[in-house]
Amino acid sequence: MTDLSIDLGFIKLKNPVIASSGTFGYGLEFAPFIDLNKLGGIVTKGLYFSPRPGNPPPRLVEASSGLINAVGLQGVGVKKFSEEILPQLRKYSTAIIVNVCGERDEEYASVVEFLDKEEGISAYELNISCPNVEKDGVCPALDPETTFSVVSLVKKSSSRPVITKLSPNVTDIAEIALSAQEAGTDALSLVNTFLALAVDVETRKPILPKVFGGLSGPAIKPLVLRVVYQVVKRVKIPVIAIGGILSVKDALEYLITGAKAVQVGTANLIDPEATVKIIDGLTEYCQKNGIDKIESIIGTLSTL
Amino acid sequence: MIKDSQARIIDKKSWNNYFLFSMESPRIASQAQPGQFIMVRVSPHPYPLLRRPFSIHSKDEKNIEIFFQVSGLGTDLLSQKKVDDILDILGPLGKGFHGGANLNGKEVVAVGGGRGIAPLYFLAQELRSHGASVKVFYGGKSLEDIPLKEKFKREGFDLYCSTDDGSFGFKGFISDYLKAELEKFTPSHIFACGPEEMMKKIARFADKKNIAAEFSLESVMGCGFGICWGCVKRIKKNGEEGWVKICEEGPVFSSEEIIWTEEEI
Repeated sequence: MTDLSIDLGFIKLKNPVIASSGTFGYGLEFAPFIDLNKLGGIVTKGLYFSPRPGNPPPRLVEASSGLINAVGLQGVGVKKFSEEILPQLRKYSTAIIVNVCGERDEEYASVVEFLDKEEGISAYELNISCPNVEKDGVCPALDPETTFSVVSLVKKSSSRPVITKLSPNVTDIAEIALSAQEAGTDALSLVNTFLALAVDVETRKPILPKVFGGLSGPAIKPLVLRVVYQVVKRVKIPVIAIGGILSVKDALEYLITGAKAVQVGTANLIDPEATVKIIDGLTEYCQKNGIDKIESIIGTLSTL
Repeated sequence: MIKDSQARIIDKKSWNNYFLFSMESPRIASQAQPGQFIMVRVSPHPYPLLRRPFSIHSKDEKNIEIFFQVSGLGTDLLSQKKVDDILDILGPLGKGFHGGANLNGKEVVAVGGGRGIAPLYFLAQELRSHGASVKVFYGGKSLEDIPLKEKFKREGFDLYCSTDDGSFGFKGFISDYLKAELEKFTPSHIFACGPEEMMKKIARFADKKNIAAEFSLESVMGCGFGICWGCVKRIKKNGEEGWVKICEEGPVFSSEEIIWTEEEI
């Protein structure tokens, strides 16, 4: 019997496959397709304190093996989430991780304080890296000091573990990662989308109304593998990798590089069964290669 | 919603750039309603990445049809599929046309512009089976852009065609043709699908004449089942206005719900 479980130190996951925020709704939407109990975890769609209207359309542009989005975190707010969604979601036996957003540090803290009263949440994922909210993709994760400030405030406000989701749109992501670690984050998720531009050659205007969007999908996988490699060498806390995972092979590449778990994002939009297929694929891979515990392959990338 | 990864293409017709595919998908066929759509995976590889949305053009007990125009890489790849190829599809998705069941004995109009005719065949059949008398208005840029006219005629629908260049039927936009014809009769309902400009014009005169109108909207979609929030339209519903998902709450909306861009109405 293959052991796919992962110990992140602050939570144990059934397996290293987590559904990524913004590509899995609030989780329940996938119940008709897959057994949610099979997942390592679910990161719910980004949650501000109040409902958010999101950006005007168009919000999507397809790129080569990728997707540029500028949704702008449209969502329901903490009240509706707690009253209508969480009661159903907590029935499932999987780690529920709530993706937390804020316009200011205090809003992140107030979301966490509100949710701390609710049962059935395993951890928070701090979304300090969405490129679609402020102009030019500005977000706290672009700077070590703003990262430190929001992470330390949320850590003070939260009774639960905090995972910080970083942006790849920086010169040295390891510096930001270290800053988040110093501020007390329990883990890192790497990474949010890459700031991207799509051009309409007929109108000679950007296709997306706010000019930039965030690129996800298989196109970014090699970039994120590099980021994960750079960060795991520098930090002590666990890293959860996110970027273009469509297949079990993609997931394995991240685990071997040193990520303790992975998040499956864009793939959910194309194949609602993607997460479960990857989990089944991990079992198969382990059996085929005589691996008893998936944890034993983490960080085994040989660079000799 | 059903994921059918074994939808076999059983028939394929083509007219230049337009294609009509029939595929076997009994479970989706049994649930499909006019105005609903399916998401089709056009390649098993990561490029192109996203599924493509197509209105359900017709159905019988076992099969569904889609009608599409090649307009990019996704539809180009799909158009190259052959009879007996297997497609991976999700459906039926969205909410279809609302006004169908209570139109017994009423006169109604279905207006399709270009590939926008796709959902209207299924709708027209359904409306007729509920006892409505259906006039179909079908327009395109040129004669080659209205390839389904024979099909509607064969089925005995009262058909009004237009072409922008006058190569067939009324010369001009189908919305202008309809507007002119509405001097002679007043339908109880208008159902339309096509370019946004066409639908906006129809909304304007339908509102003026107090004719109930429904529109099937087209959009790029990331998932088709309400997850990514990528395909929104400004919608006013139950006193609230906001960005509403076309794939989940639509693709069909009534005239009073839609807030068209660049308010010219």
